[in-house]
Amino acid sequence: MSSTMTSRVRQKRISQLISRGKRLDGRELTDYREVQVEAGLIERAEGSARVRLGKTEVLVGVKFEMGEPFPDTPNEGVLTVNAELVPLASPTFEPGPPDENSIELARIVDRGIRESKTIATEELCIEPGKKVFVVFVDVYVLNHDGNLIDASCLAALAALLNTKMFNYEVKEGEVKIKPGYKPLPIRNYPVAVTLAKINDKLVVDPGLEEEQVMDARLTITVEKDGKICAVQKGGYGYFSAQQVFEASKIAQQKAEEQRKLVVRE
Amino acid sequence: MFKTSRKKPEKLIDENDVRLDGRKLNEMRPVKIEVGVLGNADGSAYIEQGKNKILAAVYGPKEVHPKHLALPDRAVLRCRYHMAPFSVEERKSPAPSRRELELSKVIRESLEPSIFTEYYPRTSIDLFIEVLQADGGTRCAGITVASVALADAGIPMRDLVSACAAGKVEGRLVLDLTDVEDKGGEADMPLAYMPNVNSITLLQMDGMLTGEEFEQVINLALDGCKQSGLTQKEALRSKYVTAKEAEAEKEEAGEE
Repeated sequence: MSSTMTSRVRQKRISQLISRGKRLDGRELTDYREVQVEAGLIERAEGSARVRLGKTEVLVGVKFEMGEPFPDTPNEGVLTVNAELVPLASPTFEPGPPDENSIELARIVDRGIRESKTIATEELCIEPGKKVFVVFVDVYVLNHDGNLIDASCLAALAALLNTKMFNYEVKEGEVKIKPGYKPLPIRNYPVAVTLAKINDKLVVDPGLEEEQVMDARLTITVEKDGKICAVQKGGYGYFSAQQVFEASKIAQQKAEEQRKLVVRE
Repeated sequence: MFKTSRKKPEKLIDENDVRLDGRKLNEMRPVKIEVGVLGNADGSAYIEQGKNKILAAVYGPKEVHPKHLALPDRAVLRCRYHMAPFSVEERKSPAPSRRELELSKVIRESLEPSIFTEYYPRTSIDLFIEVLQADGGTRCAGITVASVALADAGIPMRDLVSACAAGKVEGRLVLDLTDVEDKGGEADMPLAYMPNVNSITLLQMDGMLTGEEFEQVINLALDGCKQSGLTQKEALRSKYVTAKEAEAEKEEAGEE
């Protein structure tokens, strides 16, 4: 089915089912769709991973460049996250410069990684104040079937865990690449959990049709010790304070489950 | 391997729990709102919250351009949050940044639940927020002032939307963070709220909070929203009640 519109009858059905604690695809309200994670598919990238969340599919590639540090953090590498809603992923995605949806997606992924201090950026400094590594995390959405946020965050984490840094030495201010690789220093594992509010109920991992029915969504990113490191509400509806508290508890639990799919310690 | 040289500018909270600007932990900056400050706009308002100075203007409901954006069953709300190049320490390029585009989106989504958009099908309500001076919490002050501008434009609403941020600075939970507190602190959570319908319409957070702190910070921010709400109502009342009284006085004077 290539149509992106969900008929009114179907919308009503989705909403009614959810009010009884059921979902069209048979999931419980707090169930994720099946998740598949594959790391290292793109040899040219320093790190990469593809996440399939049901039919949603996101590919993340990590590349390095040398650049200047920010003046307020002269000894730290730089993280840059970008998201592309590629037109092949959905009939509603148009080519062109990033729109507000792709910018929001990139900024949610960025916030989770940045605030939880996932990358040990101080180890990416080459010459303080002058030269550091810039880590580019590029989120490439390949198929849109709902909940791009959680899929992108998970794929970004998997890609970072898969990322290899080349060995180098600095000789007279010049960076020389040496043979061999080492893993990118990773210190935390943030996982985003998105809940949709449909018919006043909270639903984990909304699919595309559920996103068309939802009043609002709430994304809560949880780091490895269960602390909350980023939150984003989206959509035209609202949440009560009670619902937000409930959502944070569900997210903490779900994040731990999802993390195990990517992090094998 | 390397030592970071990132230093907090100074101590942000002293041993008596007093903040750099002399406020208590749960104290908001003084808020001042003025209604109907722009001649051309259908509704407008100006807010000062500490050093934040923000203008909001509403045009509409009016015909939508381009026309294909019109919705058959309701009005479209369009929102632009923009910072003046001189509003921050280092000049900001006037071209909209990624941050401004994201904020425009979340601000729109925070105000739309308050508006009866279904009363004005096929029209647009255009909202412009210009930050003239920024000192932390501009999206919240922007939402607060925009909601007043919408009311000033006479657009029917379920409730005023009030916004305020709360967060964690040097281990303590604080209300209404300034720019230095935001940058030097551990967490910042902007929140927008419709008090009469108990609805949170904007919620963002960056930083690190335990589940317990998360709930406490939300409650703190909700208190701040309620306080902004009072200032909003007072501002609207003082414009419209004063105008009404002046008219009544004129009539009385005419009768004599």
